[in-house]
Amino acid sequence: MMRSILTGLAAAIAAVSLGVVPSYAGKSDDTLNWATDREVAVVDPYYNNTRELVIQGHMGWDGLLFRDATTGEFQPLLATKWEWKDNVTLEVDLREGVKFHDGSDFDADDVVYTVKHVSNKDNGVLTFRNVGWMKEAEKLASHKVRIHLHKPFPAALAYLSNAVFIVPSGHYDNAPNKADGKKDFGAVKPVGTGPYKMTELKAGEYILWEKHSDYFKASPKGQPTIGKIRFRTIKELNTQLAELLTGGLDWIWDVPKDQAERLQEQGQVTVENAKTMRVSYMAFDVDGDSGQKFFTDKKVRMAVAHAINREAITKNLVGPASSVIHSACHPDQFACTQDVTKWNYDPEKAKALLKEAGYPDGFEFDIYAYRQREYTEAVIGDLAKVGIKAKLTFLQYRKLRDLVWKGQTPINHMTWGSNSIPDVSAITSHFFSGGRDDPAKDDDVIKALAEGDTSTDPEARKMAYKKALAKISAELYWLPMFTYAKYYVYSKDLDFQTTPDEIPRFYSAKWN
Amino acid sequence: MLQYVLKRLGIAILVAVTVSMITFSMIYLSGDPAIALAGETATQEDIQNIRRVYGYDQPIVVQYANWLWNALQGDFGQSHYLKKPVADVIFERLPTTMLLGACALIFALVLSIPLGVVAAVRPNSLIDRIALTIAVVGQAMPSFWFALTMMLWLGIYWRLLPISGTASWANFVMPSIALGYYITPAVMRLTRAGMLEVLSSDYIRTARAKGLRPMTVLFKHALRNAIIPVVSLAAVQFGFMLGGSIVIETIFAVNGLGFLAWESIQRADLPMMQAIVLVLSFFYIILTFLADMLNAWLDPRIRVM
Repeated sequence: MMRSILTGLAAAIAAVSLGVVPSYAGKSDDTLNWATDREVAVVDPYYNNTRELVIQGHMGWDGLLFRDATTGEFQPLLATKWEWKDNVTLEVDLREGVKFHDGSDFDADDVVYTVKHVSNKDNGVLTFRNVGWMKEAEKLASHKVRIHLHKPFPAALAYLSNAVFIVPSGHYDNAPNKADGKKDFGAVKPVGTGPYKMTELKAGEYILWEKHSDYFKASPKGQPTIGKIRFRTIKELNTQLAELLTGGLDWIWDVPKDQAERLQEQGQVTVENAKTMRVSYMAFDVDGDSGQKFFTDKKVRMAVAHAINREAITKNLVGPASSVIHSACHPDQFACTQDVTKWNYDPEKAKALLKEAGYPDGFEFDIYAYRQREYTEAVIGDLAKVGIKAKLTFLQYRKLRDLVWKGQTPINHMTWGSNSIPDVSAITSHFFSGGRDDPAKDDDVIKALAEGDTSTDPEARKMAYKKALAKISAELYWLPMFTYAKYYVYSKDLDFQTTPDEIPRFYSAKWN
Repeated sequence: MLQYVLKRLGIAILVAVTVSMITFSMIYLSGDPAIALAGETATQEDIQNIRRVYGYDQPIVVQYANWLWNALQGDFGQSHYLKKPVADVIFERLPTTMLLGACALIFALVLSIPLGVVAAVRPNSLIDRIALTIAVVGQAMPSFWFALTMMLWLGIYWRLLPISGTASWANFVMPSIALGYYITPAVMRLTRAGMLEVLSSDYIRTARAKGLRPMTVLFKHALRNAIIPVVSLAAVQFGFMLGGSIVIETIFAVNGLGFLAWESIQRADLPMMQAIVLVLSFFYIILTFLADMLNAWLDPRIRVM
């Protein structure tokens, strides 16, 4: 009996090793497999604002403009020419001969329809700020439109290239109804003009994209060369790494520094640390709404700023592509000056400031965070050295954001990716224009930002934003911390270029 | 027997109703469900509208009755995150978890019952000690660690099995072993203890004295009686594995109910969490009921207790 069991086991192992092991292997079946830990159920750039969908949005859809992530220049994509007629009117010539994934031709009606749908607040576009600046689009000819704005919006081109994707006319008209009777626009089958078209979706498992064979030749995105791209959801990082090492995956990111360095030493895969547009910041409860009044005193905020060794955090924890920032924005964004008050690491000065503020023995407060616990723990360690005891509450993003909006966090250590929009308005104006995220509601800052947000003169914008950023740093409403850097780990078979805006361009990847 | 069945059925229904009440109350544990459903950009008017549409403005008893009635008809509402009917998503993913649970249970029984029998037949022998070692290691070893170790050897070093996903039957081998191994010690110890007790009883001595073949004595007479508590345990453990596969499904990227439960907790998708808890609890209750019935059928003494 024992012999037959052993024989059976040996046969089973042999069968498995002789080819039962299914392989998603990339280069051999021309499929680029990449994974993150997030499940994507809705494949629509307007009704899913996860990073995964931002990435896939650029694969499946095209905007009117294309922004070169390296040079920052705008190039024609679905538009061939654009011209500002006045501060609130943009005239756009459209490209002819472009086809949607369903075979229909692209023309002005599609642009008019898309703008009409997304700029209507009732249609529930998730990140309405990306599209709400457009009032309407007017058809001038079969391939010419005029886009009207509510008011001057200088970052319009950045948004048109990164966040406004064109869908075919009538795309959302037959969307199914949700339980509350409203239309479920996110459930509509995705159709765009992009270099890849979605062919399979299994929520929680994978999304498969295939090369769009009719993709227009003149696209600055280039022609797709890899046959298929499959996004997989794999929650556990160790599993992602195991898949990568055995050929089941070709690309992952967000690998912790220590593991990335070990992989680099082994040399089996390509490891790259690249900067992103995400920044880390600490926001102070300047008004004392949380009930812990310590940070209403600027000297205490200064003490905190001097106590934290941001250089050490970037160097030891984040990665070589990360750098310390002094302004409430990312240095790569338009008008993000670093010519503001700088708060250098000086624990002795921090102790002196605490004494001056009436806390010679320090104090205890609650710090809130949601991302990369180790970074916040490093901050807590630095604060402890000057006598400030921070008690960490680590929450899910959504829960923490609600607490921030209610003013219940003495200090929140958070991050912001600006939706990869390379303009200060995508971060500073978002946080300091007097809204629920604004910790200070400073009239001078609000006024300067409004000026920067509505002026079309780049120099005037820079001046206005500088005024706002200088005051935010000088008053320490935020302590800007550092830029994020990500470790990318990918197959040696893959020719892939990282970009500083945290949007991997899989459509331009190639096999080596 | 009928009286026994009715008594157990009554208890099962009582437990089921209690579970449904607790599950329903989950929706109010994290605040106003209408606000959660409305989303961040909703106005007060939108929230009021949602209260009306979903019946959150009605007395809580009425809400519970409506919810239970809908749940009994398979309507668990709409997922906040996936924007799909909860029942559709659950029944889409349930087969994967059931398959994983069944494979894990089969692995556990195939490994633990023979080991338990052999250990009992040869107490204090080498095989008994090996079996006990397996039991101790199995109970002490965290399942995630065991899963990752297996992945390292079978997946990366030897390339025998795929790492993750559900693409073929081979994908289920490692998760089944990882999940099943967790219950192996309990089943093995119970089998061993039961067999030791039965083998020392008078009727086994009589059977041996009658000259029956040792295998017949062992499997036909001894194991049938020793296995009774194992049946109960296996049924309960199967229910546990359906609900407790969160870690294993997450590690091996198996898109089942455990993985869905974990994702739903992270996304605060309350209707989904409610439905998963309810469905799994019902499975647990049904399995326990069936195990009681099976035990009663195998051992008539139970029926009169």
